[in-house]
Amino acid sequence: MTASIEIRDAFKTFGHGPRAIQALDKANLAIRPNEFVTFVGASGCGKSTLLRMIGGLESLTSGSITVNGRPIAGPGVDRAMVFQHYSLYPWLTVTENIKFCRQLKAHTRDRTSADVEKASGRADALIRLMGLSHVAHAYPNQLSGGMQQRVAIARALMSRPPILLMDEPFGALDAQTREVMHDLIRHVHRIEGSTIVFVTHDVEEAIYLGQRIVLMAPRPGRIDTLYDVPLPAERHQDMKLAPEFLALKREILDRIRETSGMKTDLEQLARLSAEAAELEA
Amino acid sequence: MSAHKRSDGISPLWQIRTAIDPRHYWVLALCGLVAPLLGWSIASNLDGVDKVFLPGPADVLARIWTWASEDGLPADVAISTWRVVAGWALSAVIALPLGLFIGSYRSVQALLEPLTDFIRYMPAVAFIPLVMLWVGIEEGSKIAIIFIGTFFQMVLMVAEDVRRVPLAQIEAAQTMGASRGEILERVIVPSAKPALLDTLRVTMGWAWTYLVVAELVAANSGLGYAVLKAQRFLQTDKIFAGILLIGLIGLVIDQGFRLAHRKAFPYLAGRH
Ligand SMILES: Nc1ncnc2c1ncn2[C@@H]1O[C@H](COP(=O)(O)OP(=O)(O)O)[C@@H](O)[C@H]1O
Ligand SMILES: [Mg+2]
Repeated sequence: MTASIEIRDAFKTFGHGPRAIQALDKANLAIRPNEFVTFVGASGCGKSTLLRMIGGLESLTSGSITVNGRPIAGPGVDRAMVFQHYSLYPWLTVTENIKFCRQLKAHTRDRTSADVEKASGRADALIRLMGLSHVAHAYPNQLSGGMQQRVAIARALMSRPPILLMDEPFGALDAQTREVMHDLIRHVHRIEGSTIVFVTHDVEEAIYLGQRIVLMAPRPGRIDTLYDVPLPAERHQDMKLAPEFLALKREILDRIRETSGMKTDLEQLARLSAEAAELEA
Repeated sequence: MSAHKRSDGISPLWQIRTAIDPRHYWVLALCGLVAPLLGWSIASNLDGVDKVFLPGPADVLARIWTWASEDGLPADVAISTWRVVAGWALSAVIALPLGLFIGSYRSVQALLEPLTDFIRYMPAVAFIPLVMLWVGIEEGSKIAIIFIGTFFQMVLMVAEDVRRVPLAQIEAAQTMGASRGEILERVIVPSAKPALLDTLRVTMGWAWTYLVVAELVAANSGLGYAVLKAQRFLQTDKIFAGILLIGLIGLVIDQGFRLAHRKAFPYLAGRH
């Protein structure tokens, strides 16, 4: 199952009057079915805002977002979301968390016993896919951060959503766990066929995961540049050292520095330390 | 984390937020409990200290004994416990749903929270004449005082517990298609439950502190009433006994709540 997303002139301000914050300036983007798109950019450039608007958790001030041609109206079961943390239900076991959506009315309309069985098989399959078999009856508090995110991803996949939205889902994990999760999520993308929109501030992560990279820039938050990732569909960790990978990484990092004014910060640091040295002399 | 001396020679006992040897912990805890008792005992035995001014621990114990065997202590404990629990339970029955809505809907918060905040600063004692006027001087009036003393705080605490439910838990449910009712029932309530039980425990403690005030109103039984009457007859030992008993019952109930908390929420005992 898969879906296309079309973002047209999406514009967002928070608050009213003189203290309103412009979070996103007219953004335009078309995301193809089964595409893996990553959003990168310095913090505060509107990545989360745009993702949450696709998820229906944030309204648009103006413009439109459509999924398969239909305008979105609030959150929906066709767009699952994985958050950075604190989204699991600590009072439910891993299996119960994954099956959470099964108790909701949105998923139990005209449900036959065959449906129930299929869902139960689906949960088992996800538990195995995510490598959670040995902790299936543990509580989230007993798991490491990486394991918790596996549960969150499995839970999001439970209802076979055509679109998977992820907001820095691996941001709190250590580097080694992150690599494992990267390969896992790419595998999920391949076998589930879902469209994935993935937000990160880690350029390497964005390149390794994405087929296309959307670079966003701050003040005001906006889409700055689109990059096609020149890597094959099959990826492995060694590719992070390939010349085309490194070239793209440098290009994107340079652009982020330019758009966020970090270069001038460095110049200012150099000037300040020169002044300090003068004072001491 | 072991309780070793650090190389700077400062004992763990005096290092900020550092674990200490469990044996040291128990010795210190025992000292903290025994020392005041000892001090009290010594002070009451000093020459020139009147028993009416300061009865000793033995006098108080003896008084508790006669109160229990001749003066109807069990009945006093029972009626006081009933009043406290009734007033507190009445608060809870209304405060839990109300707090749930205040914490979940900004509109309900705007409507009710400033008012509640205002009323909670009004002294419960000062409501006594009004309560007598409106509720009468029967059992209901004592329960009403305890209700007034606990309810408004409880509503605000429940609302705060509900607001502490992580937004990500709620939004995750929304993206899974949960309705508002389902979010309240399946996310907010179960997520807030441990905090709510703590709030119930703390407010139960406050309810006990309002007991004496409640039994100011035309009571002729109860621990608070006994303290008030003892004050009139200058039975200082009984005042001590009443205060100690109220504290003791409160402590027992508090520990009961803590035990229930551990039993009801085993999932909280994680690795963090
Ligand atoms: N709920 C909100 N209320 C007010 N301002 C917000 C809110 N959410 C985000 N913003 C502002 O919008 C801008 C973009 O935020 P965000 O989308 O979170 O950026 P990013 O995810 O790229 O770090 C920031 O300036 C942020 O302060
Ligand atoms: Mg963000």
